[in-house]
Amino acid sequence: MIFGYAGKFLEVDLSTQNIKEVRFSDEVLMDYVGGRGLAAKVLWDRLGSRWETVDPLGPENLLLFLAGPLTGFFPGGRICVSGKSPQCNGVVGSTVGGEFGVDLRCAGYDGVIVVGEAEKPVYLFIKDGDVEIRDASRIWGMNAKQTVAFLTKECRELLKKRYPKKGEWREPSILYIGPAGENKVRTAVVAAKWSHAAGYGGYGAVMGAKKLKAVAVKGTGPLPEVADLEAVQRLMQDVCNNAYESELWRRWGTGAAGYDVGAKQSSEPVRNWQEEWHDERSFGVDQFENRVWVKSYWGDFGCPTTCLKLAVVRAGKFKGAITDNPDYELQAYLGTNLGIFTPEGNVYLASVIDDLGLCGIQTGNVLGFAAELFQRGILTKEDLDGIEPKWGKAEAFAALARKIAYREGVGSLLAEGTYRAALKIGELKGVDVMPYAVQVKGIGVGAHGIRSEKDYPEVYSYACSVQGGDHTSVAFMPLDEPRSEHIRVFDDSGVICFFNTFGIPRNLVFDFYKAVTGIELTKEEWVNIKAMKIIQLQRAMLLLGGPDLQWNPEIHDDNPLRFYEPLPSGPFKGKTVEKARVDEEKRKYYELVGWDERGIPKSDFLKRLGLDDVDKALEKLR
Amino acid sequence: MAEAEKREAIWIARDLSKCSGCRRCEVACSLFHEKRIWPEASRIRVFMLAPGIEFPHFCAQCEDYPCVEACPTKALSVSTETGAVLVDANTCIGCGKCIEACPGKIPHMHPTENRILICDLCGGNPQCVRVCQEGLWNVLMIVPRRAHSFKLYARTPEEITRDLAVKIFGEEGEHLL
Ligand code: SF4
Ligand code: SF4
Ligand code: SF4
Repeated sequence: MIFGYAGKFLEVDLSTQNIKEVRFSDEVLMDYVGGRGLAAKVLWDRLGSRWETVDPLGPENLLLFLAGPLTGFFPGGRICVSGKSPQCNGVVGSTVGGEFGVDLRCAGYDGVIVVGEAEKPVYLFIKDGDVEIRDASRIWGMNAKQTVAFLTKECRELLKKRYPKKGEWREPSILYIGPAGENKVRTAVVAAKWSHAAGYGGYGAVMGAKKLKAVAVKGTGPLPEVADLEAVQRLMQDVCNNAYESELWRRWGTGAAGYDVGAKQSSEPVRNWQEEWHDERSFGVDQFENRVWVKSYWGDFGCPTTCLKLAVVRAGKFKGAITDNPDYELQAYLGTNLGIFTPEGNVYLASVIDDLGLCGIQTGNVLGFAAELFQRGILTKEDLDGIEPKWGKAEAFAALARKIAYREGVGSLLAEGTYRAALKIGELKGVDVMPYAVQVKGIGVGAHGIRSEKDYPEVYSYACSVQGGDHTSVAFMPLDEPRSEHIRVFDDSGVICFFNTFGIPRNLVFDFYKAVTGIELTKEEWVNIKAMKIIQLQRAMLLLGGPDLQWNPEIHDDNPLRFYEPLPSGPFKGKTVEKARVDEEKRKYYELVGWDERGIPKSDFLKRLGLDDVDKALEKLR
Repeated sequence: MAEAEKREAIWIARDLSKCSGCRRCEVACSLFHEKRIWPEASRIRVFMLAPGIEFPHFCAQCEDYPCVEACPTKALSVSTETGAVLVDANTCIGCGKCIEACPGKIPHMHPTENRILICDLCGGNPQCVRVCQEGLWNVLMIVPRRAHSFKLYARTPEEITRDLAVKIFGEEGEHLL
């Protein structure tokens, strides 16, 4: 037996309403851990043989909510959401903060596997071993805040009625979708706590396709038994102590780094990446702290960093807007990338995006794309249903975001995400608009550019990532570097918060894993064998793709065209990335991860990892 | 413990609006009492009836201890040393009378055993305060226990949420619940 797991997973078939418990062998859990790793394994085993035909938005797709053995123990609660991604047609491990993973494990489950598709809107309510599929027709259509309020009330009333002697019941932990997910918008999120989101991958659309509005869980048991409680407590304290020392990080959250990214490193998207620099006094987290933050520290279960903040606009035309910080990514994507340089405009737009259940990054990416087409006269006011998305006009972007969430008019086109929208607009207008689409394999690139080469991603990092433009999982050499996706996949499988690993030795994370599970794991074994298997599975499914799109690595293992234009401003003005260098680095990376010169995982490499079936499935691509 | 007797009784002062929702207090409380991380068995529970409105909910040691008065089996007593309410697990029948009597509906049933959970001040060395201070959130602070009206702090989760929501979100806070 492996310690640290609840041991069971819940499987819910929404088509048949069948609910059962499933277990995985110790070997599978040891190899794939949980979260993203286990998601790749489950998806491959169940759908791999017909991957190209599985519609991410059809009943065949699986929707996975997977915790890991470290969830709840390693400070900072998260859960991983996955499935076949409607953005890249591969697999993305998309994690979201909150108490859901902890509550789920206290209920006795390490994860929930949702299959099929409900006839009418439903939500799942899990109270320990009692699992119900409940009617959600009254909440279908509700925004984030309404959904959370409704379910908090309804679930607490149910609990009170069923267990009258318990005393006051707390709220259940809830994952939900907003209108965007309901309308199968490819940039829709699975969200928690109003403003937390599993964004990359577009799993809100998968949830919406299944007519699953929410999952609410209340677990009353303890977290699973661990192998060595004393060691777990000691390591927990080490992680906390490290976090407590990081004053700026705690005080300003990821926004602290963002200031450097925009002003010093010059790698922050500005006006759809036409620039990557802004003056250091023009937009930074220092302007948010005293102006809009009403809570200086906000965090999820067990978190010592509490890097989140709560923002409320107190005055002016956006009065009443509420969101979290926004964090660096949304300061960039719903701020600078749209030419918005005021905390109020940024908070307002983020709150609109939260309420609609959209992804701030992906939606900010497609809004920036649309705005640049408008700037260039390729899309006109008429094309945009009367909306003029001029840089800096937060209300216009909010109006466009609403169109996207409800798939109204031009919104339906943009709801497909930047890449698919670019294909369609190119066709409609007879102009190649791909140069303005800043994405990799259907996924808008995170707000960390590569042109200045001062930020963390390398020139090949997005091009070779198994999660496309996802800035939280980039390709990097050597593979055992903290920023490499071979390391990051451990965090997403653990499932733990990456930000609480900042500044601690990597070995501590593996020691933590051992203290919880009782299983020895070295960084070398993880990077070269276990992570390598997960990465190969993700690569295989990404390349098999389908049904609407397939990636050809010779074309699509590349940067957005914009990254080959010289930076027009800032300290690195004129700097660009050379294609020849990207190709050279790519070749080195391919070699390191066992891919042939065309980017297809090599037969002998896969066989050595025991992935013979993957090898066979890839035969048709070779 | 001669030393403990000399120690002045304490009270845990609380500044709820600063709560980060980190729940490290629950982790500490349940590890101390149950040797597990067990949020529902923690004597201090963080409520989040609306996101952003997290706050710790735990015993205020009312000056007149209505819960102790209400217990039909005399399972509850007041520690002469710390002033905390002590639960005699063998005598407690899990009837819930103390919950009804508590102005804040603070006591709650142990999730797997038929007995009530009430903060025991960790015998005078509160673990929740230690971690809350360590993280500099300073929601929880130790002060000497004086003859004050601590009962005013025994409020229901709904009451606390309603007020905090307006404090934190302003007018919007009225509509969020
Ligand atoms: S430790 Fe302090 S800040 Fe954290 S949840 Fe508890 S009371 Fe709130
Ligand atoms: S707060 Fe509630 S539990 Fe605590 S002493 Fe008062 S009545 Fe008893
Ligand atoms: S003082 Fe001790 S028993 Fe009381 S809530 Fe804090 S940790 Fe729990």
